[in-house]
Amino acid sequence: MSARENILKAIAMNQPELAELPVIDIASTIRYEDSYTQFKTVLESIGGKVELISDLTVLKEQLISDRLNGKFVVNTIETLGDVDEKAAFLSAFELEKVEKGYVKGTVGVAENGAVWIYESQMINRLVPFICQHLILVIEKKNIVDNLHQAYEKIDVSKEGFGVFIAGPSKTADIEQSLVIGAHGARSATIYVIA
Amino acid sequence: MAVKHADLAEKFIADEPRTNWHDETLWFVREKRDKAAHGLPEWEQLREWGSQIKNNTLSNLSNYLKEFEEKATANGIKVHWASDAQEHNEIVHKIIQKHGIQKIVKSKSMLTEECQLNEFLQHRGIEVVDTDLGERIVQFRKEPPSHIVLPAIHLKKEDVSATFHEHLQTEKGNNDPQYLTEAARQHLRNKFVESQLAITGVNFAIAETGGFVVCTNEGNADMGAHTAPVHIACMGFEKLIPKAAHLSVFLRLLARSATGQPITTYSSHFNKPRSNQEMHLVIVDNGRSKQLGREDFRNSLKCIRCAACFNTCPVYRRSGGHSYHTAVAGPIGSILNPNLDMKANADLPFASTLCGSCTNVCPVKINIHEQLWKWRQVIVAEGYVATSKKISMLGMSFVFSSPKIYRLMGKTARGIMHVFPFIINNKLNTWYKQREMPEAPKDSFRDWYLKNRKN
Repeated sequence: MSARENILKAIAMNQPELAELPVIDIASTIRYEDSYTQFKTVLESIGGKVELISDLTVLKEQLISDRLNGKFVVNTIETLGDVDEKAAFLSAFELEKVEKGYVKGTVGVAENGAVWIYESQMINRLVPFICQHLILVIEKKNIVDNLHQAYEKIDVSKEGFGVFIAGPSKTADIEQSLVIGAHGARSATIYVIA
Repeated sequence: MAVKHADLAEKFIADEPRTNWHDETLWFVREKRDKAAHGLPEWEQLREWGSQIKNNTLSNLSNYLKEFEEKATANGIKVHWASDAQEHNEIVHKIIQKHGIQKIVKSKSMLTEECQLNEFLQHRGIEVVDTDLGERIVQFRKEPPSHIVLPAIHLKKEDVSATFHEHLQTEKGNNDPQYLTEAARQHLRNKFVESQLAITGVNFAIAETGGFVVCTNEGNADMGAHTAPVHIACMGFEKLIPKAAHLSVFLRLLARSATGQPITTYSSHFNKPRSNQEMHLVIVDNGRSKQLGREDFRNSLKCIRCAACFNTCPVYRRSGGHSYHTAVAGPIGSILNPNLDMKANADLPFASTLCGSCTNVCPVKINIHEQLWKWRQVIVAEGYVATSKKISMLGMSFVFSSPKIYRLMGKTARGIMHVFPFIINNKLNTWYKQREMPEAPKDSFRDWYLKNRKN
């Protein structure tokens, strides 16, 4: 018999009597009076920055000036300017030099500051991780109170990959001292469109 | 038994200021956990949901695993099954050989520690670079991780500085964590961009979707997995959960219980390989199906590896992870490891005060301290305790079950303690170590009571 059959057989023999799944009553989970403020407070406590903007003008200008100054940026947001489709074909060696990544997120979560990003919003799976500085853009109306609501809004298996990102990369592996910028982005700024 | 927790712990506590520092550092993490947990009014409800979801998973595991395999395969993931550590290591080795791969990066996976994958590959001339900062530090030092979430928690920044000076040529004596982390970042980014194969662990695998979730704060799992043309994810079969919606429960519990963060920086949901990428998933048993059949201990398979039980444990905090001489230390390790090798790990269930704090903080409500107590009984019944303990237990059982002998022994002992205290107060009596023996009363309580009850 193969390992698979052996394992499945042993499990079937040893597993206990069927226990029911609980009903997850989302209505009983935390709500915030002002989910944007909560989102901002939490994100700033974990090293992120949050800016409320009325439209994309500021960001468009930032992108233009980045490019004019010869900064290596990858923009994946159509409404912001030219999209760097070529990022799909860049190697990690090349992407390692990306200064800034502009990425659109689907949902923001007030309780933990996380933003959901689908693979299609990154162009290349590496972009939000490998860039030195991450710029995320979400709409205020897409901020939910907690993670249960977030999973209701997204479909995790819709694409090949998706991620919740909460702030910049960090570590406390040396004597529990928090250091921002372990392997991933050194900073994460989340622009929330009102 | 080659090594024992008590002996290793004795070495650890020889340095008292360092022991105190270790104790306080972990207690600080425990306090952060409390703050995060108390921030959610529904925390206890969440633990109950987490526990019930895992109960359901274990009770229907064979079906969920088949469902998961089917969905994952349809997603383009190659699913492998390994009965034990050896088979797991061979599967990984075969994939490496097939591609003739040299450059391998690995993010944190306690399963590969359990299977001793790095050593297995090293014997075959293959070098694996651990990319979690803490794991890289201990790898340089040729030490195992001492904690499943904080692998280098036993080290001080001076130790890390000396290690990095030797291996990464950092400035001698520069102990700044920021500077040292930056050096590791540069070093490991070079490793990431040239990696040909990435090995990751799995935090949660979802039966309903065939996908899996990997959580890190550093981003090292993603840097490797999204770069390398081949990705191998390794998981014990108990990592399964039924539905994607259940992720909300577990991701809310995991980081809060582990470090007091509301969520890890990255919670990556892998469903399909990218184009031209090969994605493998190895599902490992290695004693788990046997543990599932042990009614008293099967709950240990609900564990989500948050390490809250480590951080709260008065014994772990004061004895350090290496004293447990196993890949998974702490209270949860002490109920998992006797299943893997009862003889070698017979000491672990005794490395506890049975205070129950581990059970109180466990996010999936594993009755850890009760299982520790039950393992003690199994281990004694199977004859895996030291002869000295066996004899003293028999002696105690004899004395305590006969009131007359008990009274006689009590009287004799009190007499000896008054007249010849050195017979008790000496190095041969382990209770005398680091303690003064109490002064013996003149009478026993029984004598006193018989004399005074009429008043």
